[in-house]
Amino acid sequence: MNEPKAMKATTYREAVKEAIREAMHRDQRVFLMGEDVGHYGGCYAVSKGLLAEFGPERIRDTPLCESGFVGAGIGAALGGMRPIVEVMTVNFSLLALDQIVNTAATLLHMSGGQFNVPLVIRMATGAGKQLAAQHAHSFEGWYAHIPGLRVLSPATLEDARGMLWTALEDPDPVLIFENNTLYNMEGTLAADAGPVDIEKARVRRPGRDITLITYSASLFKCLEAAEVLAGEGIEAEVIDLRSLRPLDDATYLTSIAKTHRVLIVDEGWRSGGLAAEISARIMERAFYDLDLPVERLCSAEVPIPYARHMEAAALPRVDSIVATIRRMMSHG
Amino acid sequence: MGEFRMPSLGADMETGTLVEWLVMPGQPVQRGDIVALVETQKGLFEIEAFEDGIMGEPLIQAGQTVPVGTVLAMISSGTEAAARMDVQAEPTAAAESPVEGPTVPQTAAPLTDLPGRIACSPSARRLALELGVDLATVRGTGPGGAIQRSDIEEAAKAKESGAAPVVATEKPVAAAPIQPMDAATSAARMRQAIAAAVSRSNREIPHYYLETEIDLSRPLQWLAAENQKRSIQERVLPVALLLKAVAKALRDVPELNGYWLEDGLQVKAEIHIGFAVALRQGGLISPALHQVDKLSIGELMQAMADLIERTRVGRLRGSEVTDATVSVTNLGDRGVKTVYGVIYPPQVALVGFGRIAERPWAEGGMLGVRPCVTATLAADHRATDGHQGALFLEALNRHLQLPEEL
Repeated sequence: MNEPKAMKATTYREAVKEAIREAMHRDQRVFLMGEDVGHYGGCYAVSKGLLAEFGPERIRDTPLCESGFVGAGIGAALGGMRPIVEVMTVNFSLLALDQIVNTAATLLHMSGGQFNVPLVIRMATGAGKQLAAQHAHSFEGWYAHIPGLRVLSPATLEDARGMLWTALEDPDPVLIFENNTLYNMEGTLAADAGPVDIEKARVRRPGRDITLITYSASLFKCLEAAEVLAGEGIEAEVIDLRSLRPLDDATYLTSIAKTHRVLIVDEGWRSGGLAAEISARIMERAFYDLDLPVERLCSAEVPIPYARHMEAAALPRVDSIVATIRRMMSHG
Repeated sequence: MGEFRMPSLGADMETGTLVEWLVMPGQPVQRGDIVALVETQKGLFEIEAFEDGIMGEPLIQAGQTVPVGTVLAMISSGTEAAARMDVQAEPTAAAESPVEGPTVPQTAAPLTDLPGRIACSPSARRLALELGVDLATVRGTGPGGAIQRSDIEEAAKAKESGAAPVVATEKPVAAAPIQPMDAATSAARMRQAIAAAVSRSNREIPHYYLETEIDLSRPLQWLAAENQKRSIQERVLPVALLLKAVAKALRDVPELNGYWLEDGLQVKAEIHIGFAVALRQGGLISPALHQVDKLSIGELMQAMADLIERTRVGRLRGSEVTDATVSVTNLGDRGVKTVYGVIYPPQVALVGFGRIAERPWAEGGMLGVRPCVTATLAADHRATDGHQGALFLEALNRHLQLPEEL
């Protein structure tokens, strides 16, 4: 098994498209619907070409009504289909919040286990493209609060390619958050890349001095920061959460037992956010492993600004991650 | 005026190290308040005050190792303290205040100001214990001068390279030579303590053993139904039922609950069950669950979880390591079928439980499969005979078959 695998150059966007295409071929019950996914090819061009390949029955354009088409997706899932619903951005998903939180997440429980909802909803999330405050927020931490949902955050090409099929096999609703700054990311992917697990966090870079816990686009900022710090003799271990609900506690707790220091990097806001939850879990489960207080680097608590320099200043950046870790490590 | 002394936390304890004072001189304390941390061969313990009063100046400083019974500080009653405060208010008389003079059994260490709680990261605090480093001697380089792991490692290295041991002692008669304890010696010391206790047990106690098989279908069914009603945090494990049934059976056969001391059996009215907890670094401690017969199943479960957690992080109260009147060893989760226990002196009985497993069970001419557990009793033949032992196991079974009354 030491043969080098055949690799091919691709992008995050292509990886997501390949995942949808594979699912459509593997299971006739799978179909894609959302705003502009058909004729326009998707707001982020993810579904470009799929209408021609699969036809309007399976690649369905919907009216601009999130509450309506997410509800239709729930109904289709209850009726035996395996819908992939695309919500253009997480900001618009607030219009479908009742369908997602109050219906999809609860039906299994409300029906005493009789009706599960095998629905997958894909959404773009995140800032960085000067789309301003109504199109640039990161609400995945909110959804991670809701029992009954599984919340995934693919950062790498492998995960963009592999999480969808595993999510479709889950009998319950799964939300997949694709950071809009990642679609153009280029890289190589094994020619035979396929489904991946959606349970475990991954150590993306091993290190001994400090644990960086992050997910989605912030992963690459953390990896770059770790590279800079390695030049100064600081070895950061970078953990990609991958699943925001349920959280894989074991992976980061194991890392903290080794490094004794933690920085959580989260593009969501700090107050009441996912980073706060992870921090609390560390206090509960790894207090005696800590050599420094847990720290968080999150987005500034403002609506994400439009102006480029202000938007950049509001988000976690490589230089702010490096500076925070330098300060944390300056005490020996 | 009362004396606060180094307590005996078990028959095998000869000396203890005062790790940290948790109250400052002049601070009021109440009976039961935790006032100091003491380290023994068995770990770190929180020590309670036994009377109300005002904490006096410490006679023993953090880091000193002293024999059991040594006065650590005086606790003065409220009125005395008030009087003393008045005296101190007079600038000329302050220095000669004789209040605690005559009862002090040894030269007191210099009465420097006790620092407040030392700022130290949780991980460094644990490392200091493992490496035998006294926090009071370490200079912190962390944020705000907090002590970090690197500071402890430095201090340990300095000690190893031949610097004078930081543990000071005024008492040349201290039983054991005082050395800084590293993790390996600490583990070895615990092994020695266990060895002393079990050797004494095997030497002195004529054990007899009884064993019985108990059908757990009814209690486990009841427990499953009961757990349905509880939140996940409040769920009860079968071991809580077993412990509660032991406590109730001991009420029926009280001769098994007590101590053999000075050639006689002292039956104890309160049922404190020592519950063996294996430690991650090796060795074991059997801290006491207090008054188990009076706890509800839910309370017992919580008390157990709390006790196990605190045992593993080394935060037991002194009373919890000395109070057990009987012991229970449960090796079921390790897959063991039958436990033949060694009694912890001066107790007179140890109840053992093996794994709960489905076994063939003949009853009323029919063969069925039932979840069963093997319960054993190791008892001191000086204190009881097989007859009482048999009555106990019978009572244990009877109580387990009436789980709703547990």
